[in-house]
Amino acid sequence: MKDILEVDQLTKIYRSGDQLLTVLDTVSFRVSAGSACAIVGASGSGKTTLLGLCAGLDSATSGSVMLHGSPLENLSEDEKAKLRNEHVGFIFQNFNLLPTLTALENVMIPLELRKSKNAKSRALELLAEVGLKDRGGHYPSQLSGGEQQRVSIARAFANSPSILFADEPTGNLDGETSAGIEALLFDLNKKSGTTLILVTHDLDLASKTGRILQMKNGRIVTNQAEGQDAIIEKPTF
Amino acid sequence: MNIWLLKMAWRDGRKNAGRLLLFTASIVLGIAALVGINSFGESLRGQIESEAKELLGADLEVSSRSPIPEKVLQRFDSLGFKSASEVSFASMVYFPKSGGTRLINVRAMAGEFPFYGKIETNPNRDQIYFDKAQKALVDQTLLMQFDAMPGESVKIGKLIFDIDASVLKVPGRSAISTTVAPPVFIPLNLLTETGLNELGSRMNYKLYAKYPSGFNPAEIEKSLRPWLESQELEVDDVNDRKDSVGNAYTDLTGFLNLTAFIALILGCVGVAGSVNIYMKEKLQSVAILRCLGASGVQAMSIYLIQVIAIGLVGSIIGAVLGASIQMLLPGLFAEFLPFEVGLKISWTAIIQGIVTGTVAALLFSLFPLIKIRKISPLKAIRASFENRETDRLSILIYLLILLFVIGFAWLQLDSIGQALIFTTGLLVAFALLAGTSALIIWLVRRFFPRNVSFILRQSLANLYRPNNQTLLLVVTIGLGTALISTLLISQDLLVNKLKFSASGANKPNMVLFDIQSGQIDSLRVLVQREGLPVISAVPIVTMRLEGIKGRSIGEIRSDSLNPVDERFLNREYRVSYRDGPSDSETLIKGTWPKAVKDNKDSIFISIEEGIATELHAALGDEIDFNVQGVMVKTYVSSIRKVDWQRMSTNFLVMFPTGVLEKAPKFHVLLTRFDSTAQSANFQKAVVTQFPNISIIDLELVLNTVDEVLGKVSFVIRFMAFFSVFTGLLVLIGSVLITKYQRIHESVLLRTLGALRHHVLRINALEYIFLGSLAALAGILISLLAGWLLAWLSFETAFRPDMPMLIIVYAAITSITLIIGLASSGGVFTKPPLEVLRRE
Repeated sequence: MKDILEVDQLTKIYRSGDQLLTVLDTVSFRVSAGSACAIVGASGSGKTTLLGLCAGLDSATSGSVMLHGSPLENLSEDEKAKLRNEHVGFIFQNFNLLPTLTALENVMIPLELRKSKNAKSRALELLAEVGLKDRGGHYPSQLSGGEQQRVSIARAFANSPSILFADEPTGNLDGETSAGIEALLFDLNKKSGTTLILVTHDLDLASKTGRILQMKNGRIVTNQAEGQDAIIEKPTF
Repeated sequence: MNIWLLKMAWRDGRKNAGRLLLFTASIVLGIAALVGINSFGESLRGQIESEAKELLGADLEVSSRSPIPEKVLQRFDSLGFKSASEVSFASMVYFPKSGGTRLINVRAMAGEFPFYGKIETNPNRDQIYFDKAQKALVDQTLLMQFDAMPGESVKIGKLIFDIDASVLKVPGRSAISTTVAPPVFIPLNLLTETGLNELGSRMNYKLYAKYPSGFNPAEIEKSLRPWLESQELEVDDVNDRKDSVGNAYTDLTGFLNLTAFIALILGCVGVAGSVNIYMKEKLQSVAILRCLGASGVQAMSIYLIQVIAIGLVGSIIGAVLGASIQMLLPGLFAEFLPFEVGLKISWTAIIQGIVTGTVAALLFSLFPLIKIRKISPLKAIRASFENRETDRLSILIYLLILLFVIGFAWLQLDSIGQALIFTTGLLVAFALLAGTSALIIWLVRRFFPRNVSFILRQSLANLYRPNNQTLLLVVTIGLGTALISTLLISQDLLVNKLKFSASGANKPNMVLFDIQSGQIDSLRVLVQREGLPVISAVPIVTMRLEGIKGRSIGEIRSDSLNPVDERFLNREYRVSYRDGPSDSETLIKGTWPKAVKDNKDSIFISIEEGIATELHAALGDEIDFNVQGVMVKTYVSSIRKVDWQRMSTNFLVMFPTGVLEKAPKFHVLLTRFDSTAQSANFQKAVVTQFPNISIIDLELVLNTVDEVLGKVSFVIRFMAFFSVFTGLLVLIGSVLITKYQRIHESVLLRTLGALRHHVLRINALEYIFLGSLAALAGILISLLAGWLLAWLSFETAFRPDMPMLIIVYAAITSITLIIGLASSGGVFTKPPLEVLRRE
């Protein structure tokens, strides 16, 4: 199967005063289209930085990221934004819904950005799929955490992305709600054939993907594909 | 424009509509002032256009310092003009009932003046005929001052007139123009009998004309004006008057517009501050939009549209308010206007105001807005991420704002030089205020009082917490304070300077002029009998220039490269003579002219440095004078610097003794009184014995200056208050915008055990510090401005009225405290959780 994400020798160094802090250190891996992959690791291990770089939210110090056939290091900020709009979906730990927009309007944004003519009807369909058919007119502050994350999932799938980045999608939810969200996420992922890159502390959630990349001190210490038996270090926080 | 951007701007803005409208409040007053002044200016111009003839009272006015030649009247008659004559001059009036005396402007009239408009009187006189009847029309304020009324009598010169009516309004004259010397109208036929038209009296002669029906005014320009001007007469027709009055009021409205513009700029700074905080709150939303595929420019455009919309709404509200403020202006300017102004809505002013407000709000908000372009989508997943990249576009915005301010000032002042001075002044004021604020905050941080109470420490620390508005508030409230206190200081400087010029035992505080040669000795006796000193008595001889450096005035005038201004060639020179310089004179070049002992001696003179420059005359140059028919050739032997601000007799040209003693002359006498009663008794005695002698005393000058300054400064203060109120509106906006942050702090403090009154005191102290900072910074600037004015303009010692400045300081601090606490409603009084939920 064709690789949708190719990460090669990716390094990210932050400067803090006179000191240099290497957050990612020559990380390389590939993800094939339609697969699911989890990035796990302790706080500060570099997993969110890696996610940001893979999604084109940030620029690397060195190395390259090929996303959906496009080398991110060669794209301008606006070209990366266009790429995200057309091929990438996001789900965040803190939902990141726009507080001044209703649930429906939040879901409509990616569609409207790509000038989709039936943005509203498509957004309504998606809300129905996540079980929030009647909550489209509500603002995020009028929804529970689980409902907000459902809206977020509907928004993420609105542009039928080739790849979906999820950053701790259940990190802010209780166990029962988390289970519902996980089910919804994997169900939609399966139906749409989207590649899923999941950043999480939760090894149970990670194990539901086909592959786990474990990070430590900015490096991938374990790259375990489905069917392989490997000892995944339990993250320490 | 992309419809999606408009939709997003609306969607994002509708929940913040209240807050966004609050931002606009800051610019409302500035726009209101601009629209009000511009509408009023347009009404004024319309009124000048429609009442131009009434401003002059005639179609044509011819004036001169010498009697108008008879041939002018004959020519007017031959053209079928109706004419009226006037001789006006300063003199004393005496009210027999109260015994009061005062300097007035005698207007001796003949004919049916005015031909257009009317002299408004009480009781009303439909048509005023100035004939032989011994009746006078007396200015209403003058009658009130001396408790006199129509039917009583008034003495002018040697004649006693019946007061026929009080004068309420004279065509073309504003109330303030009659403050120095109020007018009294008498028949011209009786002027000789008053004995006031003697040698030395400084008379103005005027001939007014009304064209016959069907007369083409173009004829005036073609033949009559050149002929009149060749007779050394000044000619003013309706268009000239329209231009001069129009220009004067254009200057006035231009100046007022600039003060309104300052209020607008302060408002824009306020909007920029609010937008800055608003944008900080929107960082996360922008980052999410960027994650979802919106470009930096798209994200910025959403908020740009919101800012344009709030600028537009604020400007429209301001324009509506301005149209209402316009109604107040005629009352405010009543003293300065020669006519009543009918008001109308000026759509031009309204549209100009709306465009100016919207553009200004947008330009100033671009600083926080352009940062949106650079917000990284990474902020959506990592809240602590900060982009510290500097944006080169901000330099372009600084330039655009600078060009906008210069352009606006240029339009108002019609001079690029003055526009640049205005802009520089504004920049310096902003820089000083910002610098003072930064310095004080640095000092607070550097020498933070760690041993004082928690409440004091917390309130001090609030001045530099994240998202603090300290700089913004100090600049906006401080500039308003600086405007008001500079105004008060300038007024104080001027009055003090006048008082100081006459303080000291030997300094005169009363000037007697128009004294005939035959009266001077008797007057000296009278002065001494009244117990007053004769500080100086100087003779004055009038003369005109005949030639400079061997060239006649005619030659100089006809020379196309003539560098000498007409005014200095045509004027009447009032010259004195003595053997040495006075206290107020300093020789810069040459030596004092030696006394002339022999008719064959050359005559040397001393000239003042300013007139030397104007006449392009240097030491040794020949200057010829026509001394009332006798030609006198002189040479410049010295150039002097004269302190014109001293209350003493000073002259442009000084002759040596031995030349002018026998020429027709009059005298000026300086004396000093110690009490108002002494002054009144003396003036009464002089007017009774020498009715032609005029008197100016320091008290009259001070009262006049006080009255004029009071009226002028009221108008300026009215305009300055727009800036102060704008500053306070910015404060209200700032308090409300940061209210959420304050509530969180309040909740935290109360959770940790602080009582409600602790939180209240922390906030109150913070507003006191803010108000103090702003007031102090503003007053410091005004002290600097006052010192510069005292040094460079008034040339006097700078002694600021500290009690007055303390009152300004206390007032600004108190208002800041009151408004700050009043706008914080809910933060202290409601239970924290309830407030949080409501927020």
